[in-house]
Amino acid sequence: MDGTPILTVLLASALPTLLPLVAQAPTLPPFGLLLFVGWRLLHHEIWPLWMAAPLGAFDDVMSGNPLGTAIFLWSVINLAIEMVDTRLFWRDYWHDWLIALGAAAAFLFGGLVFARLSGSSAPVALILPQILWSALLYPLIVRVVARTDRWRMMA
Amino acid sequence: MARPPSRRPGVNRRAQYGLFASYVITIACAVVGLLLVVISAADPAGFAVLRAGAATFTSPIASTLKSMVRGFGTIDEQIVAYIDAGSQNADLRRQVETNRVKLIEAEAVAQENVRLKKLLGIAQESQDRVAIARMISSSSSISRRLARINAGSNAGVAPGMPVRAPEGLVGRVLIVGPSSADLLLLTDSQNIVPVRRAKDNIGAICSGRDDGTLEIKPLSAGANPFHPGDILVTTGTGGIYRPNIPVAIVVALREGYAIGVPLASPARVETVMVERAYDANIPAPVARSTAPGEASSGTAQ
Repeated sequence: MDGTPILTVLLASALPTLLPLVAQAPTLPPFGLLLFVGWRLLHHEIWPLWMAAPLGAFDDVMSGNPLGTAIFLWSVINLAIEMVDTRLFWRDYWHDWLIALGAAAAFLFGGLVFARLSGSSAPVALILPQILWSALLYPLIVRVVARTDRWRMMA
Repeated sequence: MARPPSRRPGVNRRAQYGLFASYVITIACAVVGLLLVVISAADPAGFAVLRAGAATFTSPIASTLKSMVRGFGTIDEQIVAYIDAGSQNADLRRQVETNRVKLIEAEAVAQENVRLKKLLGIAQESQDRVAIARMISSSSSISRRLARINAGSNAGVAPGMPVRAPEGLVGRVLIVGPSSADLLLLTDSQNIVPVRRAKDNIGAICSGRDDGTLEIKPLSAGANPFHPGDILVTTGTGGIYRPNIPVAIVVALREGYAIGVPLASPARVETVMVERAYDANIPAPVARSTAPGEASSGTAQ
């Protein structure tokens, strides 16, 4: 049961390649990152800090980003959440939602910057819908994580 | 939610070192990630084997799911087609009549073409199809436009091969695994195709805009020569793509360039053909493997 959170993140990372969807533009939100942030915000000591790197590597291989994109960005996001956690006296649902929104925006924007470094010329406006979907989807992710966590604890 | 108990271990020296080490490891991982990004940017095919290996496990699932949902993507068009059926039928009948005449003419022209090419001694293979595959999934969560097909090196697919659908060009092969391959779609901004207008020979460069449309930049300076409705086909310049594959239709004009959409929309195309890379100077390996030293088609361009 200890591996359940990791498995759910891996599955979420693999979801876009598993879905039989040929998208014309970036449409799906970064499921893997949202699950990762969801677990991290639910249980702050669920993983060691460095867990972002191997999970990010899997996300890179699945998503098609240049290898290293998610390793770097997820590690940085994890460190940033750690910093925020030591600053905030308490967090409520909307803090979590804002943190997840910030994480998704940072990841998508970082991915765009890295893609542009390797020769792409995608405009910034391209990722705005994805950020919106991420913000709208996060409440659902929180519920999925909580449900899975309860199942994990009971089992 | 109340503030969770912090990771801060208080006065326990051992735990303090442990926490410090975890920070150091995480930062080291981030730096390694950054280095990997730089390496990937310098050599995009460098880590292709990882992605191809992962595709071996995911593509059978995606392939199965795709076979279940076939046709769902075009459900709106099917409804509209049903509503318009009557008037459309009459229209299509008229079009078929006119097209039949054009088809006969085109056949005659094609035959004449073959005859003239034989006279010139140009022997470019026209049927250089490597594999027929199905589009099974795509990179729908990132800003690069990659799609996956269910044919790989086992079927003879190699990086750089052009991929087309009956309607037009789809893209080219980027990463090849044993039983699947990743395509760089026409709509990716890194895919640049030399094109020309089908009715005359106005040349242009077509590149993706990553949002499903294409940017068509005319080669000649001055006023924008394109109009909405213009069809663009490949020129064959620079190899890879055979000449005269339909690419795009112009839908809008901008200052100095035109916006087009691919004739073979990747979202709607189901079956694609992988073809041998076109190069007039390199003879196709299948037909001429008996005479390797003889560059018989070197005069093609």
